[in-house]
Amino acid sequence: MSGRGIRQLSIATALVLFAGFALVFFWVPMDADQGFKQKIFYLHVPLAIVALAGFIAGGVEGYRHLRSDDRRHDANSYVFIHLSIIFGVAVLITGALWAKASWGHYWVWNEPTLVSFLIVFLLYCTYYPFRYAIEDRDRQARYASVFAITAGAFVPLNFMAVRMADSLIHPRVFATSDGGLPGSMMFTFLVCLAGIALLWVTLVKLELLGKQTSGQVSRLRRALEAEGLGGGQEATGTVGRRIAPNLEAQ
Amino acid sequence: MTPSRRAFAAIVGKDLRTELRTMRSLPAMVLFAVTTFIIFRFGLDRTALSGSLASGVVWTTLLFAAVLGINRIFLPEREEGGFDAFRLAPVDRPVLFAAKATVLFLYLLVLELIVVPVFAVFFLQEWSGLVPLVVILAATNLGFAALGTLISSMAVNSRARDLLVPLLLLPLVVPLMIAATSATAPLLEAAGPSYDKFGTWLLVLGLYDGIFCLVGYAVFDFLLED
Repeated sequence: MSGRGIRQLSIATALVLFAGFALVFFWVPMDADQGFKQKIFYLHVPLAIVALAGFIAGGVEGYRHLRSDDRRHDANSYVFIHLSIIFGVAVLITGALWAKASWGHYWVWNEPTLVSFLIVFLLYCTYYPFRYAIEDRDRQARYASVFAITAGAFVPLNFMAVRMADSLIHPRVFATSDGGLPGSMMFTFLVCLAGIALLWVTLVKLELLGKQTSGQVSRLRRALEAEGLGGGQEATGTVGRRIAPNLEAQ
Repeated sequence: MTPSRRAFAAIVGKDLRTELRTMRSLPAMVLFAVTTFIIFRFGLDRTALSGSLASGVVWTTLLFAAVLGINRIFLPEREEGGFDAFRLAPVDRPVLFAAKATVLFLYLLVLELIVVPVFAVFFLQEWSGLVPLVVILAATNLGFAALGTLISSMAVNSRARDLLVPLLLLPLVVPLMIAATSATAPLLEAAGPSYDKFGTWLLVLGLYDGIFCLVGYAVFDFLLED
């Protein structure tokens, strides 16, 4: 992947996000029941949807890595999960704020969506200690992919089980018997969802680009060092692997 | 017998024989569970339990005892070169997964055969719920066995094995625990067992078992490559 297109993508992200929040603050009608504080919905729900979709996409990339043995898929899987965890922190914070505003408590145990999200979040938090406890790079990539697939299969199952365990008090805004969201709210919500999704994609691209650049830099540095110390010796290191210059060869 | 089945029987037999001779896992699991009951007795300050409290205590205890067993299930393979030997053998890799999951299932069954009666003697006034409980125990064991084998084989080749097994396993078994405790609670009511949503929860357990048996079977190949 190259850095081309990242400027346009960033501009598009900024525009859509800006438009979304402008709609949230100045255009969309106030919620009759909750008033102004309901507007956190346009941030909280898109963040949650994008984070969960990112976790699932991480599982799909893990599967593709195992199928093709191509390290780029592993890098994608890692970056997807990484950014979804960061989005997950934001989901939990905005969710707690909304819960405090509308139900009076920061944490509500009989709210299945909140609890399932926390379980999923805690599971994905173990991705880092797991990944970095494995030294061999190939094995690390393979095991991380297995983790991503297992956890990806777990996400829907977990949501189902937690939801079954409790009564439903979460607002079911999209499919309720009395019609769900009015059109203007739905439109604003979709703009915000698109904005947050674009933000996620931009950040993914940036991080992948950063990884690629630092890989290139270290490859160049190794080549230079091999030139200086080994007298025109060919640098044979693979991407991302640190290999000490061979001093014996002189 | 096909070569796969022969290999399966050989691995299960080897593991059970080793366990019988060395007693490395099961006695520790049983001791741990019984001691945990005593801690619950004082922690909750109750001498008799029923309903959801009884179900919570028994499942929490079984879960943590199971973690002890799951931690060790692949240890001999790694330390004594069992993995290398298996890689050399001309058998399908998932056979090892199936064999280890079976062994883990049997360990958990033995653990429960000892520990659940002890729990009943300690805390329960009404024992008739223990008969249908066997079904829940078996269905939950299968989930533990599939997921435990998968997690254990992932963690055994890392530096932080003892730490990673509970860390990875606990969030993953939350749905299993929800279903198991919810199905068990009405069975252990002081007024005698009732079957509130018994079938629904059994279905959830079955779905969970099915999914993680399949996932484990499918990805196990990649955990053995070297």
